[in-house]
Amino acid sequence: MTRLTPRGNLLLGLAALVLASMPFWAEPYHMQLASIALVAAMFALSLQILVGAAGLVSLAQAGFFGIGAYTVYLFGGRVSIFISLPGSLFAAAVAAAAIGPLVLRTRGFYFLMASLAFGQMLFFLFHDTSLGGGADGVFITRPTMIWPVSRSARPAVFLLLNLASLSLMYLGLWWLMGTMFGHALAGIKINEDRMRALGHDVQRLKLAAFILSGALAGLAGHMAAVTDAFVSPELLDWHHSAEALLMILLGGIGALHGPILGAFALTLVREIGQSVTERQRLVEGVVILAAVLLLRRGLAGWRR
Amino acid sequence: MGGFLVQILNGLQYGLLLFLISSGLTLIFGVMGVINLAHGSLYMIGAYLTYVVAGATGEFWLALPAAVIGGLVLGAVLERILFQRFRHRDHLDQVLLTFALILLFEEARAALIDNQFHAVQVPPVLDFSVPVMGGFAYSAYRLVVLAICLAVAACMVAFVERTRLGASIRAAAENPEMVDLLGIDARLIHTLVFAAGTALAMLAGALAAPLQSVYPGMGDGFLILSFIVVVIGGLGSIAGAFWAALLVGLIDTLGKVYVPQLAGIAVCGLMALVLLWRPTGLFSRA
Repeated sequence: MTRLTPRGNLLLGLAALVLASMPFWAEPYHMQLASIALVAAMFALSLQILVGAAGLVSLAQAGFFGIGAYTVYLFGGRVSIFISLPGSLFAAAVAAAAIGPLVLRTRGFYFLMASLAFGQMLFFLFHDTSLGGGADGVFITRPTMIWPVSRSARPAVFLLLNLASLSLMYLGLWWLMGTMFGHALAGIKINEDRMRALGHDVQRLKLAAFILSGALAGLAGHMAAVTDAFVSPELLDWHHSAEALLMILLGGIGALHGPILGAFALTLVREIGQSVTERQRLVEGVVILAAVLLLRRGLAGWRR
Repeated sequence: MGGFLVQILNGLQYGLLLFLISSGLTLIFGVMGVINLAHGSLYMIGAYLTYVVAGATGEFWLALPAAVIGGLVLGAVLERILFQRFRHRDHLDQVLLTFALILLFEEARAALIDNQFHAVQVPPVLDFSVPVMGGFAYSAYRLVVLAICLAVAACMVAFVERTRLGASIRAAAENPEMVDLLGIDARLIHTLVFAAGTALAMLAGALAAPLQSVYPGMGDGFLILSFIVVVIGGLGSIAGAFWAALLVGLIDTLGKVYVPQLAGIAVCGLMALVLLWRPTGLFSRA
């Protein structure tokens, strides 16, 4: 997986500045739309650690996203965001640490199927039991911020919060992928057996990536719950994981910043699609077909 | 006791339907190395086809051959125009391609029929109950479904284990390169396996139509369960799929009756145990 050069990061930073300036010139509706894209970008970026870096295609990711979101619901507005955010990270990390060792016993297609099944198990946990407030979803009380946020200021505040979270997450991962850990994951993606023969503890590296990825998905889920003030079991459904995979493929599986491009592209396509036709699944299906058949390197690699 | 027996029968019948779906899935995996997330949608298509055919002709029994023949044709077409090209793509592409198929199938269903729940009547000949034990009775149609599934399973095992073509399929599941080297037409085998898998899933949908409502997304639950069956049974193993399907069917059905909140989790727990004990499945040779 390639990382952007400093110049590329500068371009990304400029785009972030444009988003950050939206409260001065944009409608609340467009700021909310940007928040949706930012949350989706965090979610897809968390999965990129597995897919792009380590070559593990997981369908359990939405489960961790949902756990992060439902943690906010379970806190019930009694805590500040400085508690709920680490809480979501921790809860998702614990779930990933429980499921990881099991699914990582498998490889290839088995991994895919096992991750799908365990992800759905998390879905059933919130869909079938009363733990998460029922199958239809539930409105939540947001955690308290540093100072109270008025209704009219919400779109701008959440936009900036989401932008800050995504930026930190991206910079952290950008650094991490340059370390030995990042290089070892790349080695596993290319040839797992060789990495094992070279003396790397492949299983542990993969587990570390799985837990990190799950925890960051939990962070994305936390921000989604805080932004929308609503959670539902749909967040944990495997269709949601597949959407993250779509964003990765759309943006570019080979680049760390790919999922961010993919998330914004998909959000935009959906928004346009919604204004044109009722048939959302048709739009999404055609986008996927086009991405799989035509955009082999994704948006991040279109020049090469 | 009689009530428990009824639930056991329900579990076996559910498990056998699950076998029809997952046997196709496991063979397609094994032989072609293709993951098909749209396999559950094929089950839905079979059920809707039954709703349409039974509604138009008034004769439920016509729906079964229609589902099988329709499945063979649909499967062969899908394999030739899509899956053949995607055999050598990586997992991500296959996942997304088949996810797109799910969306498009659902959209086509919505456009051609509608988004409503529908009921398909149990054929009048079988609309009675057979007493089992202690005053409990069991639907004759469900018994016939059980028998049909068992017959199909027996035919499959006989075909795969006893015929020359079956031997080629087993060989292809075990070692695809070897089959090419031996001069067996691998392309034909792929089309055949995919068509048969599609037909089995659609037959399962047709048989299940009178048992439950026909509704959008009805294949989703079956997709997850049949993946679990394949993981438990072992990739490409018909026998594994058979026993694993019965086990999963029983646990899911009994779970839904006796601990309704935990049924979905119980089956996944079973899979977790199998993964801990034998990561490649109960019946895999590896």
